[in-house]
Amino acid sequence: MLGTALVAIGVTAAAAAPVLAPHAPDERFAGMLNAPPTLPHLVGDDGSWHAPFVYRWRLVNQLEQQYEEDRSQRVPLAWLSQGHVIQSSDEVNAPLLLLGADSFGRDVFTRLMFGARISLGLAATAALGAVLAGTLLGGLAGYAGGALDDVLMRATDFVMVLPAMYVALALRAVLPLVLTPSEVFFLLAGIFAVVGAPFVARGVRAIVRTERRLEYAVAAEALGATSARLLLRHLLPAARGFVAVEVTLLVPAFIVAEATLSYVGLGFPDPIASWGTMLHDASTNIRVFADFPWLLSPAVAMFLVVLGLNLVLQGDRSAAAFAPEALRRTSP
Amino acid sequence: MTRYLARRLAFALFLVVAVSSASFVLARLAPGDFVTESLGSQASRQAIERERARFGLDKSIAAQYRAWLAAAVRLDFGRSMQYDRPVSDLIPERAANTAILALAALLLATAVGLPLGIVTGSRPGGVIPSTIRSASLVLLSMPPLLTSLLLVFIAARTGWLPIAGMRSASVPAAGAALDLLHHLVLPAAAIALPLAAMMERLQAQAMTEVVGEPFVRAALARGVPRSRVIWRGALKAALRPVAGVFGLVIGTLFSGSFAVEVITAWPGLGNLMLQALRARDIYLVAGCAGAGAIFLAFGTMVSDLALAAVDPRASETRSDEGSAP
Repeated sequence: MLGTALVAIGVTAAAAAPVLAPHAPDERFAGMLNAPPTLPHLVGDDGSWHAPFVYRWRLVNQLEQQYEEDRSQRVPLAWLSQGHVIQSSDEVNAPLLLLGADSFGRDVFTRLMFGARISLGLAATAALGAVLAGTLLGGLAGYAGGALDDVLMRATDFVMVLPAMYVALALRAVLPLVLTPSEVFFLLAGIFAVVGAPFVARGVRAIVRTERRLEYAVAAEALGATSARLLLRHLLPAARGFVAVEVTLLVPAFIVAEATLSYVGLGFPDPIASWGTMLHDASTNIRVFADFPWLLSPAVAMFLVVLGLNLVLQGDRSAAAFAPEALRRTSP
Repeated sequence: MTRYLARRLAFALFLVVAVSSASFVLARLAPGDFVTESLGSQASRQAIERERARFGLDKSIAAQYRAWLAAAVRLDFGRSMQYDRPVSDLIPERAANTAILALAALLLATAVGLPLGIVTGSRPGGVIPSTIRSASLVLLSMPPLLTSLLLVFIAARTGWLPIAGMRSASVPAAGAALDLLHHLVLPAAAIALPLAAMMERLQAQAMTEVVGEPFVRAALARGVPRSRVIWRGALKAALRPVAGVFGLVIGTLFSGSFAVEVITAWPGLGNLMLQALRARDIYLVAGCAGAGAIFLAFGTMVSDLALAAVDPRASETRSDEGSAP
């Protein structure tokens, strides 16, 4: 339940980012570099209740980037203004920074939501690619058997024992550092899919191989079903549970892989908001950890989504139990 | 057994050659080279040509690859351009650092994860086991990238531990070994936390299965104290599946350590590879990738051997004799 909720929050944030987020992901607020979060208040200094409002930040030390709340005036929040669900009523002087600002003065909360689009979208695309390729190759190998099976399984063996992170690094480093974001997106998705596909292929192959010998498959074949029909209608659906489990295992791995690559500067270029590029600040400025911890919020977001997926996997015992079931069925 | 081992070794060798060759060619194909990266755009054409010739970058890819391969067969893996040292000097030093980190993490994870797994697996109910189980689930959702960010964050806020590097600039009076240990705690814990959680889960699963077996119930019925049955008898039987994944873990340790090395500035193989890629130091890139492949091939080989060793059909009688006190 909690798991589904966490994943749903992540997906909703990604999908509705332009409306839910208070700003544009590349909007910079001058004089707000590394500003701390502006907490919405309900009770003013005078002790009376007000509609939600924020205080503006006043820069007290330019060099140290220290800020102080200007409590002299309340800046009320504006609901449903300018196409955003919530904003500050004085966006120029007192922007609503729910999770503070980064080293360029951009709103971290906004970038977190837009980053979810890239990070989750990339992981989902890569997982989809890995599952499609893996199912196709595994299905073929398991169905055809013989030499094709041998060749395909040797190939998956080879890819599985490659040092994946190093391969991704080397492949990424071959290409020019400056690529358009969509080129980077599909490049990374492709690399991840290739690295992930063998794990899917091996499982699907095992399931198809065992299912093929069962009576219903033999009967379908005897009734004149073509190979394609047998494979697509009867054998591959048996691998559904296994594939679902694989997806929940691959997506977290891909989210983290993107973050690692972007963290070291080999992922997306800077103006693009992804959870990895947002963490890149931490790799160049050690003060992030001690003084600007809100810049680490993408790590928290990543943790929550991965935890959500793990909880979904734990709760969904029927799916988890399905794959071993298919394997066990052959032994008697 | 010998033939099996020989085949595995041949495959590992092929893997190492393939990975290092591929990364050599890929790094060479990449736009820009070490000379343009290091001399910058101000350098004269003669200077660039001279430097290129010095590193063998003036030859075609095919010729350079042949020369590199021919030298590599004689165990000469070229000279790192940015460090101006032989690659075969540089890699063992850094690989040792990665090995120290990986080994420390593995020991820590085993020392924490296995006993906890035995506790949670042998008694399913209760507050302590369910707390441990939830903690494991949380930690399993924190890959080394996240644990190292968290630990560095804690260390930076509290100042309890050094947050970067492997040694202090000036060795304190307490000695070099203690200083190294002090620096090792954070990165090793970052890798060990999710690993310990994984081991706890595996051990708990194996333990739950074994505790339900007749021999455990028989021992309890005969009046053997419960703690003795759990920690002596059942543990031995339940260790098998965990021993099987141990080698596999060595492989994941190695890839997991990349993020940790980068975040905590641990001078290991992963960091070296990253620097080499950034500087387009192709001989070093090939060397690092090859060393990484050796690590992984070693890990999978150990895991296969361990699996063969704990295969019940092969070791049933032996381990039963061993379990008699």
